[in-house]
Amino acid sequence: MEKILEVKDLQIDFDTFAGSVKAIRNVDFHLNKGETLAIVGESGSGKSVTVRSIMGLLANNAQVTSGSIDFKGRDILKLSNREIEKIRGNDISMIFQDPMTSLDPTMPIGKQVAEPLLIHGSMSKKKAMARAEEVLELVGITNAKNRMKDYPHQFSGGQRQRIVIAIAIVNYPEILIADEPTTALDVTIQAQIIDLMKELQNKIETSIIFITHDLGVVAGIADRVAVMYAGKIIEYGSVDEIFYNPQHPYTWGLLNSMPTLDTDSDRLYAIPGTPPNLLNPPKGDAFAPRNPYAMAIDYEAMPPFFKISDTHYAATWLLHPDAPKTEPPVAIKKRQAEFQRLVAEGKINQPEYEEEGGVKDDAE
Amino acid sequence: MMQNNPQPQERKKLVEVKHLKQYFNAGRRNEVKAIDDISFEIYEGETFGLVGESGSGKSTTGRSIIRLYTPTSGEIEFNGTDISKIKHKDMLQFRREMQMIFQDPYASLNPRMKVKDIIAEGLDIHHLVKNEAERDARVNELLDLVGLSHDHATRYPHEFSGGQRQRIGIARALAVEPRFIIADEPISALDVSIQAQVVNLLRDIQKEQNLTYLFIAHDLSMVKYISDRIAVMHNGRLMELSSADEVYNHPLHPYTKSLLSAVPLPDPFYERNRHRKGYDDRIETDGQLRSLKEIVPGHFVLATEEEVAGYQAAAEEYHLDD
Amino acid sequence: MADNTSDIKLNADSFKPVAANNVDEQEKISAPSLTFFQDAIRRLRKNKAAVFSFWLLAIIILISIVSIWWTPSDPNAQHVAYANLPPKIANGSIPGFTGKANVGGNIVDKYAAAKVPKGTYYVLGTDYLGRDLFSRLMKGVALSLLIGLLATLFDLVIGVPYGIISGWKGGKTDTIMQRIIEIISSIPNLVVVILMLLLFTPGLGSIVVAMGITGWITMARLVRAETLTLKTQEYILAARTLGESPLRIALKHLIPNLSSTIIIQTMFSIPTAIFFEAFLSFIGIGIPAPNASLGTLLSDGQKTFRFLPYQMWYPAAVISIIMIAFNLLADGLRDAFDPKTQE
Repeated sequence: MEKILEVKDLQIDFDTFAGSVKAIRNVDFHLNKGETLAIVGESGSGKSVTVRSIMGLLANNAQVTSGSIDFKGRDILKLSNREIEKIRGNDISMIFQDPMTSLDPTMPIGKQVAEPLLIHGSMSKKKAMARAEEVLELVGITNAKNRMKDYPHQFSGGQRQRIVIAIAIVNYPEILIADEPTTALDVTIQAQIIDLMKELQNKIETSIIFITHDLGVVAGIADRVAVMYAGKIIEYGSVDEIFYNPQHPYTWGLLNSMPTLDTDSDRLYAIPGTPPNLLNPPKGDAFAPRNPYAMAIDYEAMPPFFKISDTHYAATWLLHPDAPKTEPPVAIKKRQAEFQRLVAEGKINQPEYEEEGGVKDDAE
Repeated sequence: MMQNNPQPQERKKLVEVKHLKQYFNAGRRNEVKAIDDISFEIYEGETFGLVGESGSGKSTTGRSIIRLYTPTSGEIEFNGTDISKIKHKDMLQFRREMQMIFQDPYASLNPRMKVKDIIAEGLDIHHLVKNEAERDARVNELLDLVGLSHDHATRYPHEFSGGQRQRIGIARALAVEPRFIIADEPISALDVSIQAQVVNLLRDIQKEQNLTYLFIAHDLSMVKYISDRIAVMHNGRLMELSSADEVYNHPLHPYTKSLLSAVPLPDPFYERNRHRKGYDDRIETDGQLRSLKEIVPGHFVLATEEEVAGYQAAAEEYHLDD
Repeated sequence: MADNTSDIKLNADSFKPVAANNVDEQEKISAPSLTFFQDAIRRLRKNKAAVFSFWLLAIIILISIVSIWWTPSDPNAQHVAYANLPPKIANGSIPGFTGKANVGGNIVDKYAAAKVPKGTYYVLGTDYLGRDLFSRLMKGVALSLLIGLLATLFDLVIGVPYGIISGWKGGKTDTIMQRIIEIISSIPNLVVVILMLLLFTPGLGSIVVAMGITGWITMARLVRAETLTLKTQEYILAARTLGESPLRIALKHLIPNLSSTIIIQTMFSIPTAIFFEAFLSFIGIGIPAPNASLGTLLSDGQKTFRFLPYQMWYPAAVISIIMIAFNLLADGLRDAFDPKTQE
């Protein structure tokens, strides 16, 4: 598959009065053309910072200390502000969390949707307005022609998020970054927006990076998933691999702590404690203090990525060949069994394993 | 939990809401009917889940029950007394028995107060401790209860994570030893892994202290997990009320069905094959008079007399399937 | 990612499970603890202009306090023989403080001409009645700061409670209280002072009464607006559900959270009040003769500005410095208390 964006060894620090916070620590990932990559993580895991660096929207006290972001053969981190502005809203655009604050309350929506076209000077005003109308129609604003002159407050929350999406896709960007676009919405509206994004992806063939903390949403929209914890990606793979055959204890914890409709145990599984402070990131695996499977090595060295399949990697010492065999939690074993069943029934394609059920220790 | 056959008849009603109406700007042009005639009861020791989308009136219901608002009409009885008739001198006692846990862990703690003073606020108001040493001991006890360490007592809220803050809020509510706690979306602002911590904590203290909860949320899977009975709210009215399992497995009202079909689950195969059900709200707005009708024992649906038969048939179908 | 497994020595012990950590470890907070005010002061310290203003004002305030008991000479004592002497320091070797003046093209030692005894000199010169300008300036600044103090007092005693009550009560009470504010603020300050002159003799009294009527209005408005937002905050709701009385909520929750607004607004209302007094005294309806105030000094100096500019320069410079210093400090405080306004 063609890689459209590649982030390599990204490291971002934030200067604060107490010292520098290592918000992003050696993050690598890539985005394939036409796919949806979900980046999952809790608040403070660095998922938003990562995508903001792609858009050149980092806060003033942020410093990129190493790494590169390749887009179309150019390193975004080395571009001037003017060059980034050309990319922003044109080749790469972004949808933010809050539809209430993403729109300008004093400007009619038609004009707001057309604005990216006018900024980048790619078309005349008349043409731009025609395109805006077309895109509003596309995102499901009924009667778009007559509503172009309406102001944001005349729309409901769900419709506003549709307008925000219209602004983001009006240039038919190659990459659409969605930072928790459904978190502020009700479930029924959320479901509609997710359907809309899937539909749009087919229509305008854009690649999507979808940031969220909600695993339910991820299962519905992603092709591939990267799980972040404490400024690092700790596991990535296809959506089936992450949900049915997770390997990192943190991913286990995340999946486990969501009640499914048949959860009937007396307690939910909860990951104890809170994420570490990245002012002084721990020496070894940042998850170790909260990890019931922690081993001595976890406190000493950061685990490298271990390969599970061609598409699936996880950074945990549990996958080291010398590590003792561990039993994943019951609910995870259930997921694995479910996966085997679905594969056996031919409902899901079996990913290609290097070694049947085994684990390889050669890092990428 | 998951008492499959709660026997409401035998259990004591702790809270009884009767024809509650809460209008804002009543009589003016911008009148909002936040709650439009709802009735339900909460039994002692149970967790009553109130589910709805934003604007459904679920938070207003909680705030009316705890008397942050004065109802437009209707009655709310707590432990047999009408709360609107509580005399000023008995008000303090009422405030002790009913407590609230709030949604936003960032807005619910005073940023200028130390954690120990936040937790001890209720102790001070109700004069539950005699001296500073006793106060500190009680605060430490509460910190232990919610799984925080004693060093946290002298820190300020902004130093804590969302989950830790929410636990401080819980400790504050528990300080006055209430019987009934209204949890107003206590987990919706928290990360997934932290949500589970808070939910487990709420269940543990419920068991330990025999608490009754009104659990308000929009996250249906969590509500199902924690609640004994669930009421579904929409546009200020209750659509459906039954045991948690019934509402989930045998939903009758089309709104409930639509809401359930929209809940995302962490299961890619399920997600690929899901069919969302739309909802046509003409069933609420056609002008016909509807009220909660008991379709099968313990399962209520907002319906007209004529619609009852249809719902009963649907309920029967479910039970044939089982 | 680079293959770094080879650098790490692995042995059998490496994979031994480690016992679960205790609660304290998992919930540890490693950042140092800072209170809100400590954090604000830390940010304020970074603002050089504000820090400089702070120390400048501290010195000015100190000098004014000293002037209550001691001035170089009696500020109201007249020495007609020594009228209009230029500034002179010690032996007169510092340029601008030589005690010499240009009279009709000739440099004249005015001190010698007036037969001032050796060892007597006036740092900022004397006015047309031979009064020591430096002493008068000290008294004038002290008076200005007193006015500033009174303005603060009105802000705190009337403005803050008025705003809190109006915002907290809401509804009809709020509407009535806001209408009252609008009526008061629709009358120009100058009109209020002139009306006061009908009742009182010109002087500190009428200025203070005028300030008492109008000076606290901005504070009351700001506090009301802030209270309206604060009262829907969940921690206030929590206090209400715990049974806290409104008075205690105001003292425990509202005032601490309003404190930054209050401090900043005070810092802005002090220079406004100082300027108000100076203005009234300048046009002659403020502080009556012979008392010194920055306004009367400017007014006197202005009459002879073309010939004896020093009589106006120094008071003008001092009032400008005070105004700028208060404004810079207020700006610095605002940024320190509300970091969102920066960046």
